[in-house]
Amino acid sequence: MSGLAADLRVIAALGRRAVNQAFRRPQFLAPIVVFPTLFLAVNTGGAGRAIDLPSFPHVHGFLDFQLAGSMVQSTMLAGVSAGISLALDIEIGFIDRLIAAPVRRSVIVLGRLVATMVLGALSALWFLTVGLIFGAHIQGGVPGFLLVVLLVALCAAAFGSVGAALALKSGKASVVQGIFPLVFVVLFLSSAYFPRDLLLQPAETIAQWNPMSFIAEGIREPIAFGMDTGHTLKALLGIGIVGAIGAALSSWALRARLRSG
Amino acid sequence: MERRFSDEVLAVAGIDLEVAEREIYAFLGPNGAGKTTTVRMLTTLLRPTGGSAWVAGHDVVADPSGVRRAIGVALQEAALDPLMTGRELMLLQSTLHGLPSAEGVRRSEALLDRVGLTEAAHRRVGTYSGGMRRRLDLAAALVHEPRVLFLDEPTTGLDPVSRQAIWKEVRHLNDEGTTVFLTTQYLEEADQLADRVGIIDRGCISAEGTPESLKAEIGGSHLELRIAEGGAERAREVMARFGELMPERDGILMVLLPHGASDVAPIVRALDDAGLAVESLDLVKPTLDDVFVAKTGRHLEGEAQHEAPGTAPQEPPVEQAAPA
Repeated sequence: MSGLAADLRVIAALGRRAVNQAFRRPQFLAPIVVFPTLFLAVNTGGAGRAIDLPSFPHVHGFLDFQLAGSMVQSTMLAGVSAGISLALDIEIGFIDRLIAAPVRRSVIVLGRLVATMVLGALSALWFLTVGLIFGAHIQGGVPGFLLVVLLVALCAAAFGSVGAALALKSGKASVVQGIFPLVFVVLFLSSAYFPRDLLLQPAETIAQWNPMSFIAEGIREPIAFGMDTGHTLKALLGIGIVGAIGAALSSWALRARLRSG
Repeated sequence: MERRFSDEVLAVAGIDLEVAEREIYAFLGPNGAGKTTTVRMLTTLLRPTGGSAWVAGHDVVADPSGVRRAIGVALQEAALDPLMTGRELMLLQSTLHGLPSAEGVRRSEALLDRVGLTEAAHRRVGTYSGGMRRRLDLAAALVHEPRVLFLDEPTTGLDPVSRQAIWKEVRHLNDEGTTVFLTTQYLEEADQLADRVGIIDRGCISAEGTPESLKAEIGGSHLELRIAEGGAERAREVMARFGELMPERDGILMVLLPHGASDVAPIVRALDDAGLAVESLDLVKPTLDDVFVAKTGRHLEGEAQHEAPGTAPQEPPVEQAAPA
């Protein structure tokens, strides 16, 4: 078996383990599905008339607009969960089993990210299904549906890399869990839940440069407005920025951890 | 080999050792002696900060992949995922070691059967007892048929029956040709299992040899006496006339008997003449704990860290590392 094929096989095995882990530990799955779903229900039910505000973009309904925000929230929490799981592997010593095996160190993290990507895709399917059941329209049709699933999956992997970096650096699940509130701060300072034009300063300026805005708008476009290459590329850019930061930090933290033992 | 964690913490202070192929080598020492740190360096989990080491012909720093392919590792506290089933863990381990799927399944099932876990293989590891977890960990370490097996405190915390089961399996593996390097803080484990024992204390090897040669090195038997309250000081003076005093343990006075059992009666008579009441008396043949005391001035068993009167540790004083 070639080196690449062997690596892919190990990544798949570790990814399968991590997905099983999430389903066997409901407290890890809940933040990915339950919290964002409740948030979606409360937001849509309570602020549904926001679409009548001047400057609010013309959409079929507030639910169509909100779905993207919930999915980004879900992927960020999936990233936190991935980090907590990896930190628990470090705490119980399971990571030593992986490090003592003749596999490339990077595949240990990649296996975790593949699992986060799968959970992200499942989260996208969940929110799109819930949205369709409660009257949302997907303007981009089937291609738009598939594009949203792809973007959300990639987004989850990107946030997973940030969670992994924190886990590798700290080695403590409690530290990774500590960034949970930060997820909401970052999201509220983006256009995930409200259009940029309706945000007050300095939130509007921050949202303009916040990669979460690019990602949320890229995911929202196929749902609320139809396919748009520009927004898709911006979303990919946002995901790329988060992923590159996460990958660089993970790589640095992994090297430091291996050095210190 | 040396490992320093900081300017103040030198966990392994320069260890020289050689383990022969097909040998069972036991590293015996108290908590914090540097056993685990040494194993972590030899299994490539931790880089040495000084010196060099080869395992199965591979340099642990220059060729860590070669080392990893040749070794099996069962670390302290059985680092298992409680959410996985026993069978899933075995299959993951076989994938990590690059075994083809069918071969991985075959070997996993055979090893689960060998350690008596076939019936529990579908259950999550979190439901296993301590002994089952250790047996699963051992089976996982063997899935790729390693030449060298590292066992870090394989029976710590286990009941006697589980301990015996692990010992039996280790002997069996060694009979099949596997070289075994194990760490332990149990004297009996080292005595029963090892072809050779290395006594490690404060990051240095204090003594090395077969259990028999180590015990023979320190001479004959010793006498353990418990004296009625208030008489210990006077008893020490009396006993010192017959042989070298050993460090006390839990109020028990000990003296080496240069002439073996024939020294017992004169000592008891002398104590009686001095008006001291003997509450209990035991004639004890040398154990590895006696070797440990002779070499380090402290007891290993029970981690009673009494310093022997007038006995200085033979090794240079070094800090003990928390991670070890």
